[in-house]
Formats: sequence, structure tokens, C-alpha cells
Amino acid sequence: MSNIAITDAAAAPAAAKPFLTRLAAGFVNRLVIIVPYVWLLFFFLIPFIIVFKISLSQTAIAMPPYTPVLDFSDGLSGFFGGFRELNLDNYAWLTQDALYFKAYVTSLVIAAISTVLTLIVGYPIAYGMARAPATVRPTLLMLVILPFWTSFLIRVYAWIGILKPEGLLNQLLLSLHIIDQPLVILNTYTAIFIGIVYSYLPFMVLPLYSSLEKMDYSLIEAAKDLGCPPTAAFWKITFPLSLPGVIAGCLLVFIPAVGEFVIPDLLGGSQTLMIGKTLWNEFFANRDWPVSSAVAVILLLLLTVPIMLFQQAQAKAQEQGK
Amino acid sequence: MKSLGSIRRDFAPWNDPNAKPYIQFDNVTKKFGDFTAVNNLSLTIFEREFFALLGASGCGKSTLLRMLAGFEEPSAGRILLDGQDLRGIPPHRRPVNMMFQSYALFPHMTVENNIAFGLKQEGMPKPDIEKRVAEMLKLVKLEQFAKRKPHQLSGGQRQRVALARSVAKRPKVLLLDEPLGALDKKLREETQFELMDLQQELGLTFVVVTHDQEEAMTMADRIAIMDKGEVMQVATPAEVYEAPTSRFVAHFVGNVNMFEGKVAERTANTTRITGSTGAQIVVDNGGAAAPNSDIVFAIRPEKIKVSSKKPVDAVNALEGEVYDVAYLGDMTVYHIKLDDGQIVRASALNASRITEDPLTWNDRAWVSFRPDAGVVLTR
Repeated sequence: MSNIAITDAAAAPAAAKPFLTRLAAGFVNRLVIIVPYVWLLFFFLIPFIIVFKISLSQTAIAMPPYTPVLDFSDGLSGFFGGFRELNLDNYAWLTQDALYFKAYVTSLVIAAISTVLTLIVGYPIAYGMARAPATVRPTLLMLVILPFWTSFLIRVYAWIGILKPEGLLNQLLLSLHIIDQPLVILNTYTAIFIGIVYSYLPFMVLPLYSSLEKMDYSLIEAAKDLGCPPTAAFWKITFPLSLPGVIAGCLLVFIPAVGEFVIPDLLGGSQTLMIGKTLWNEFFANRDWPVSSAVAVILLLLLTVPIMLFQQAQAKAQEQGK
Repeated sequence: MKSLGSIRRDFAPWNDPNAKPYIQFDNVTKKFGDFTAVNNLSLTIFEREFFALLGASGCGKSTLLRMLAGFEEPSAGRILLDGQDLRGIPPHRRPVNMMFQSYALFPHMTVENNIAFGLKQEGMPKPDIEKRVAEMLKLVKLEQFAKRKPHQLSGGQRQRVALARSVAKRPKVLLLDEPLGALDKKLREETQFELMDLQQELGLTFVVVTHDQEEAMTMADRIAIMDKGEVMQVATPAEVYEAPTSRFVAHFVGNVNMFEGKVAERTANTTRITGSTGAQIVVDNGGAAAPNSDIVFAIRPEKIKVSSKKPVDAVNALEGEVYDVAYLGDMTVYHIKLDDGQIVRASALNASRITEDPLTWNDRAWVSFRPDAGVVLTR
């Protein structure tokens, strides 16, 4: 919108201006849009193409550890000849070994459960923040963002100290005589959930807060006035109106949680099977770059395709007047 | 038969000592921290009355309404509705409904569902809900907009949806918080009459909060004029205008000329006032003003006659000079600077197209008025 306006404003008196000045003005306007596209091209599309290319090649004991395909080293004929050598063996391999399928499913399930848990923990926090006096809100926001000032890795390590059998949590519970045996939390899925909920909470709270904060409180009063008890008013008015925030928060937590590697590795122990860890193993332990690239490509498709479909559906719904 | 101002309708339970009050505020005080929004206020509203709370912003009128709806509890005193003390009853259990200033329409629901919302809470059977919603849509003339969402409606249409939603449950009392505040002038005037008709048709008690005196005068049976959390006067629109009891009320409603002065002489029927600048005024209703006390004589501009020569039979006539003339079409407003320096505002209805006695800037002029044209205010 604004872009069109700028171009039009520049174009109106442009007729009198020399051609080159006009060209320069148009270029400056375009530049603003070009920058993010160039960024995406260099840091997303090109790396993705490289990964995709590797996923179509074969492992080899070499530097790098795969046979290059679609290379220009043999000239154009070599490049086109490469097409014949392309095969989807690595993708076929992913379907043959049940390990990958299990890892994908476990990752999706763990990410889904963690997302729901994060939502349950994050919603009351965001709600409380949005209803707090306007003067305290910036402070509360700051507190939510504060953990980012410490390294993510250090914070996850700190959880080991809290959750391990002789850790802070068990010591506390033992000294309060709530338990008489230390709980085994570290190296279980519970520890992974705790780690993910803790780490991704701000990504849930912030979009929820922004959608709850701009909600008109008189809507709740109107609901009560029309005979709706407070709890019902929450489910009928507040929650539906905060859905955009819920969806944004869930996507922001779910997507990185599926590919999460650090948390399952540090808190989940050796037996946890998540796709991020599998990828790491293939890449560093097995040095099988083509297969790990295939794993990465499938993971990306698994995450982007449903989101794109969802967004399309939403855009269509919006066109029909919400 | 003579009457003060004009009579709106034949309905005056407040003059009937046996009439049972419907809503009662008994010495109600509401404090927010150090701020006293409503100060020891008592007020009575009758069934089927169209009652207006009029005042500038921050005078406590909205707080009064919110206490009736249950969104605020009084700090002291009690509120009775049909004899029942409302203290402790949450908003969703009160038999009152409110139309919000912002309309507060649920943006994720259609017009239909907005209107049906309150009925569903009541547990009304579905066919009855459908019937009532259709009835309400017809009442506010929005039948063809039933399936629209609020953001697809104009401001005036939204106002109607809000109104339909708040009367759908047939509440005992309908509270309206600045119901016409967001509409443009023309639409506002039309809607004022529609609201009056609606109130008659449904036979409900309306309590409306407004800062617009014209709106209150047009619609209400009685008006409570509020200032700083207190009620200054409760009276019919005609009484408020023709017989204000304080300078504040006289000033707040309509235009007024004020003469500061002292009561010079009181006889059985007349009171003679000496203005602080020397003007002599004779009035026939001195009210409670004691001889020699400081008072204010208040008179409305349209009750003052302007002429180029001294009127022969006038009891009160003061001489001055035309200071300003504003021709407004239906009437002409004169500002006359009296010889003692006071500026008097007088308005003359342009009942004919030709002005017999045209006056213009700097002309000598006389202002005159009858002894019953103004009121004497002691506070």
C-alpha cells in the first residue's frame, strides 16, 4: 500500500524530470523491497538448494564426503549429464529404516505436547500482563524478555543442575519431606518438556499478550451485562478474540521445537529419539551428508507445507469477510 | 391553562406522593482512591420513566450508571431496584441491561448472534430466540443485515445493533451510556425521537447518561444535572430551563444572562433588585431571597426584548448600545452593551421576513423584559 503511494507521489511530478532522475527514484523505492528478498535469497534459498543438491548425491570417502552432482567442473555437458545420475535413493532409504519415521513422529508429538503445555502456562501469564495496570506493563514485558540476555545454552545447562537426582529441585522436595526418594526427571521426556516450555515461553507469551492487550475490556462487561458469568465470558469472548495470538504463539513454539536439538540432547539423555538429534548423528557421527540432507529437506517440507495450506485457508476466510 | 415551559407527556409520578419509586439511590458514595466520583447522592427514578443524567465529563454520571449495572460497587450507601437491594449482585444476575458508549459489539459474531447472545445465556429455547431476534431486527430496521459482522456495518447501524442487543432480553431497566455520542448531528436528532418511541413501545425504564443538554431535554421525562459527584437539580426539562435553582444549572443548560445584585425591597408580590452596577430590576417571584441578601438574577436571552425606543409599558427597561448582531436565520442574537458596562445577550425570533425595527452595530438600544421573565437565584 504505502509503497504504491510512494511510487505514485514520485511519478506525478516525474514527467517533467529527466529520465535518469526518475529511474533513480524508482530504484530507491524498489531497493527497500529488494533488501529483504536479497537476504532471503542468500540466506535461505541458496543454502536450501545446496542442501537439496547434496541430498540427491551419494556418500563418498572424500572431501566433502559425497560425490558432487550437477557440477560445472566438467563443463555444461557434465552439468546436464549429471541429471541422469540423479536419484532419490536417500529419500527411499528414509522410508526403509523405521528409525527415521519414528524420529519424525516422536519429534512432532513432543513438539505438539510442548506447544500445548507452553500455551497452558503462557496464556495466564499473557492475560495477567494484559490486565495489569498500564504503568506496570512495560516492566512485565521486560521481565519476559530478560532471559534472552543470557545464552540459551547456559540456561539449558542450568536446568541440568536443577533437575538431576541430587539437584536443587530434589533437594528442596526432600528437605520439605514431600518425597523420600529423589525423582528421576533428568534424561526423561519430562525434562524435555520442561526445557522446551521454559525456553520457548516468551515466543508464546508475546503474541498472546499483544492480541489480548488490544482487546476492548468493555466487550467482557457487555457479555456479563447480558447474563454471561465471568468464566463463560472468557471462553465465549476473550479466547475466540485472542485466537490470532494463540495461532501465532503456537507456530512460533511448534516449528522450532520440532527440530530442537540442544534440549533433547542435554536434558533428554541418550535414548530420546528426536529428528534434530538424528540429523546431528547422521551428519557428524556417520558423516553421511546426503542422508542427513534428505532428513533436513523432509523436515522442512513437513513444517512449511501445512503452514502454507493453513495460511491460504485463512486468507480465503478473510476474503469472505472473516 | 398555564404551564411552565411545554409539557412533554402526561406522565408525572414524581408529583404523586403515593407513587412507588423504582430505582433508588440512597446516600450513595463512590470513591476511587482519593477521588470521590459520587458524593452522598440520593435519587429516585420511577417505572417507565425516561431519566437523563446530564453533566460534564468527570461529574460522576457514568459511575452512577456503572453502579446500577453492577460493574462498580458503591463505597457507601445502597441502591434499590424495585425494592431489592442490589449490593453484592454481580452484573450477570442483574435485571438491567446496558448499551455501551463504544457499543461493545462482539466482533467475531454476526449481528444475529450479537442480539441472541443474552437470550442464549438465559437458556431460552431456540425457536423463541429466533423469533425474538427477528422481532428485534425488525424493530431497529436491520432485517437484511442479520448475517453481517459488526465491522461491515456503518456507525449508525452498529448503534442500532447495540440497542437491539440491549433490549432483546426485555430488561427491567435499560441503561444507555452516551447512546448517540458517536453519531453525526443529523442522525443523532433522528435517533433521539426513535429512542423515545422505542421506550414508549416497550414500556421500559430508561436511564441515559449524556453530556449533551439538547439530547437530555429532547428525550427525558426528568433530568438530573450533576456536578462533582453531586446532583444539582432533578426536574423536568421545562423546569430545568425555566426554573433553575442554582447558577450552575442556569449556566449549564442553555444560554443565560446573569445580573449580580442585592434584594432592595420585598413586597407581597414583587421583589426589587439593585444590580451591582446600579440597574434596577423588578421581578414578581423573588423565591426565598431575603431582603438585602446577595442574589443573582438570571434571565434567558429569548425573554429579553430589544428595541430602538424605550417601551412605554415596560416594567424593566435598561439602556445600552448594540455591540454585536448575529443573524442565524430562524432568529437574530443581539449583544447589547448596557450603559453600566454589562453585556446582555438577547435573541429575537424572526417570525416575519421583514424586520420592523432594524438595529445594527453601535445603535442606541433598549432591552426590556417582563417581571416574570427571569428567576432569582440565591446559590
